[in-house]
Amino acid sequence: MTRTPLRPLARILQARASGENPDLIERENLAWRHEVIRDRGRARSEGRLLFLAIFFMLAFSLVGGRMGVIAASQPQEPKAEASGAQILATRADITDRNGRILATNMLTHALYAHPKDMVDPARVARELVELFPDMDQAALEKRFTDGRSFLWLRRVLSPEQMQAVHDIGDPGLLFGPREVRLYPNGPIAAHVLGGASFGAEGVHSAEVIGTAGIEKAMDARLRDPAQSGPLQLSLDLTVQATVEEVLYGGMVMMKAKGAAAILMDVRTGEIISLASLPDFDPNDRPAPITDKTAEPGDSPLFNRAVQGMYELGSTFKIFAAAQAMDLGLMNPETMVDANAPMRWGKHLIKEFKGKNYGPLLSVTDVIVQSSNVGTAHIALQIGGLRQQAFLKQLGFFDPSPIELIEAPGAKPLIPARWPDIVTITTSYGHGMSASPMHLATAYAAIANGGIAIKPTLLKRDTPAQGIRVMSADTAAKSVSMLRQVVTRGTASYGDVEGYAVAGKTGTADKPKKTGGYYKDKVINTFATIFPANNPRYVLIVTLDEPVEDSGPEVRRTAGYTAVPVAAEVIRRVAPLLGLRPEVDFTPVDQITAVVEDNH
Amino acid sequence: MTEMVYGSMPARVGEPLLSRWWRTVDKWTLSAVIALSGIGLLLGLAASVPLASRNGLDPFYYVERQAFFGGLALVTMLICSMLPPQAIRRLGILGFAAAFVALAMLPIAGTDFGKGAVRWFSFGFASVQPSEFLKPGFIVLTAWLMAASFDINGPPGKMISFLITLVIVGFLAMQPDFGQSMLVLFGWGVVYFVAGAPFLLIIVVVGLVGLGGIFAYSNSEHFARRIDGFLSPDVDPRTQIGYATNAIQEGGFFGVGVGEGQVKWALPDAHTDFIIAVAAEEYGLLMVLVILSLYGLIVVRSLFLLLRERDPFVRLAGSGLACIFAVQAMINMGVAVRLLPAKGMTLPFVSYGGSSVIAAGITVGMLLALTRQRPQGEMADYLKGRGR
Repeated sequence: MTRTPLRPLARILQARASGENPDLIERENLAWRHEVIRDRGRARSEGRLLFLAIFFMLAFSLVGGRMGVIAASQPQEPKAEASGAQILATRADITDRNGRILATNMLTHALYAHPKDMVDPARVARELVELFPDMDQAALEKRFTDGRSFLWLRRVLSPEQMQAVHDIGDPGLLFGPREVRLYPNGPIAAHVLGGASFGAEGVHSAEVIGTAGIEKAMDARLRDPAQSGPLQLSLDLTVQATVEEVLYGGMVMMKAKGAAAILMDVRTGEIISLASLPDFDPNDRPAPITDKTAEPGDSPLFNRAVQGMYELGSTFKIFAAAQAMDLGLMNPETMVDANAPMRWGKHLIKEFKGKNYGPLLSVTDVIVQSSNVGTAHIALQIGGLRQQAFLKQLGFFDPSPIELIEAPGAKPLIPARWPDIVTITTSYGHGMSASPMHLATAYAAIANGGIAIKPTLLKRDTPAQGIRVMSADTAAKSVSMLRQVVTRGTASYGDVEGYAVAGKTGTADKPKKTGGYYKDKVINTFATIFPANNPRYVLIVTLDEPVEDSGPEVRRTAGYTAVPVAAEVIRRVAPLLGLRPEVDFTPVDQITAVVEDNH
Repeated sequence: MTEMVYGSMPARVGEPLLSRWWRTVDKWTLSAVIALSGIGLLLGLAASVPLASRNGLDPFYYVERQAFFGGLALVTMLICSMLPPQAIRRLGILGFAAAFVALAMLPIAGTDFGKGAVRWFSFGFASVQPSEFLKPGFIVLTAWLMAASFDINGPPGKMISFLITLVIVGFLAMQPDFGQSMLVLFGWGVVYFVAGAPFLLIIVVVGLVGLGGIFAYSNSEHFARRIDGFLSPDVDPRTQIGYATNAIQEGGFFGVGVGEGQVKWALPDAHTDFIIAVAAEEYGLLMVLVILSLYGLIVVRSLFLLLRERDPFVRLAGSGLACIFAVQAMINMGVAVRLLPAKGMTLPFVSYGGSSVIAAGITVGMLLALTRQRPQGEMADYLKGRGR
């Protein structure tokens, strides 16, 4: 223990010397020092106590002031505020190239419940089930009474249903406004539009987000509040409806399981019409097929024109001919070896039905007769590397850049290696697969004088820019060859008076999933350019597993299936597109003048 | 010496107890407390009826109980206010010890009444919340330790009291009862502040409390939900605060009339935590201002009386008791007007409640005892030239 020093030492020493008790002096000193400490403490705490008193006065004044402010404000009808950020509900309309509505929004109401505000849950459940027979009364009543405070009942109500629910008259039933996406034309252009559904759903609004097609691909643009105008597509609603109607008739007539058509403006790259059958109603989009064994093409949601990767057959032959002419290897009259069957290594190249067009054919006749052997010899002269480069320029090696969400996922199927036999098979459209959209894009390059352009679904007024892939002269010669396919070749049913149709047929056996090819299942394609003397449009018509069995002979070649369908499409659509038919001038002298002779 | 014989009349040395009490006690504070109790009873006539009807009891069952407990609290307060400071100190410390043991026993013998926090001992007819009784005793103990630390060769009272505070806060946080632990911390802080806490330390402590709040926010869902509700800009009309705000608006300046209010039917805690909303709705802003003034009067008057107190223990204990009493009222009313996040805190003397009313009676009784007029050595001040 430390001993505290004696204080005040002088007096204590004095006291000790005089025999007095020093403890008294020490205690007196201690008491005095305590007094001093207490005085100091009181002085110090004075300010602090005043501080506390002022703090509490201010705090109570603040509470009182705030109470006064609240008391002075008007009581408001209790209103539930939307929690979180307001959901943006305005989605731009989609129109066709002439401003006709393809997709718009409609205000409806969702139905939800606040069971705690409900007066008579049993009655509400009973009357709701009367209105909506798909609801389960017992389950509803249970959910109304199990203590939850919020419950969605229906996502979308028609105005009549809403009125009927209103008439139930229970304060626990509430309506939340929301816009739903409406496609007034039903299934027309279904695969382009895709569909939309609700994203984030709140009581006061719901987000509408695209689920497929251009609705999803252009979702950001459609939801951008800064771009309030409608999204104008390149589609022409009338043309689209006509193409779908004719295509449907053709599909039924040819007993095909599916069909696709693309009509493209060869100068701007605009897709005027894009159809895939069977289709669906985007207002009521069917659920995707989840069965693993089913082919994707079995679902109506499948867009054959963009997602369907097919071996496009003889329609490819014109690319070999065009490239050979462009490289200066040949001209339309150059004779090539066409002696069939042609042996290449262990492979045997045969013509359709084992015919032999040989021994020699001009390049034009190779296209007109659709000679596999002739095309093979042309391709061998071009060589695999140059062939690949040319096809790549035409867009066959990449997914189509079209503005559909399905397009980037649809990659053409390209052989991994490119030996000569692949060069040969590719030249007549076997061994590699591409979509009808790819084919339309490539034919557009031939039709517009040799410029590879990008297809687009958005309206465009200026000609598209693109790289030149062949000379204008080569393009013109190629179109001329294709015209002859119609006038004197495999596509004779394709001629439409006044519109000088040019085109190339393609018949490809369908590959089996297990490998090899079906004997009796084909993909028929007719790729056309019209009018041939001043090409404006490319039309691709593809039929999946068609068969023409009206005659004694069952025919599955494109010339009997896809070609007449395409011709009917052109016959109906060309006037809608504003193309003037070129009819032969009727000489005046054949007109019989009717002379009025009654004077 | 010859007068001191057997059998003679005992002479009164000092003044009679009651007359000295009446002469020295602070009659303003006493009147304010009695007025608050009366207001509490008046409000309870309206506010506790819905609870009674919900529980299937006589409509004025809770009013009767409140009258009983209020009377008990006033008697307790009067008895406490008659005690000398030494007796307050001794009783306070004994009371603290008892309450502390009770608090420590809660996890073993307590009950949570299904509210998710073990805070009560249930004795059939009534329940006791030890933390309510702990607070006045705790303030007295803290003040005693701090005052002792000023003495030459005194104990390190600040450190000891701080450690005790931490233990109590730990027990309260375990329940969990963050409101009471904040009050305990606040009480200790006030005593330490008046005792002369260095300002640097005050800043550090405030920072630590903030960190503790953040910790509680991230670890207690109960706590976090209340804070979130407070921070969101919109008042959800379906929350207690929403109803309270609406009640204050409905009441306006003069109220909708006695018994006409609706908020008591909507709020489950209308008779306790949100009694001020009932007051505002039925009697208007006027009544709220009266209640506020009464609390303000009690705290400000007590603090002013303590300004001239020479005894450090009395000064510290008195200011601590006054401040925890006032801060409890302030928090309760601050919550109702949404100045503070929702926290269950009764309005002393006004809210219904057994433990809280009697504890408030003890608190104010001790406060009254400590603010009584005593010789403060004024003469000595003058003689020594220190006087004013």
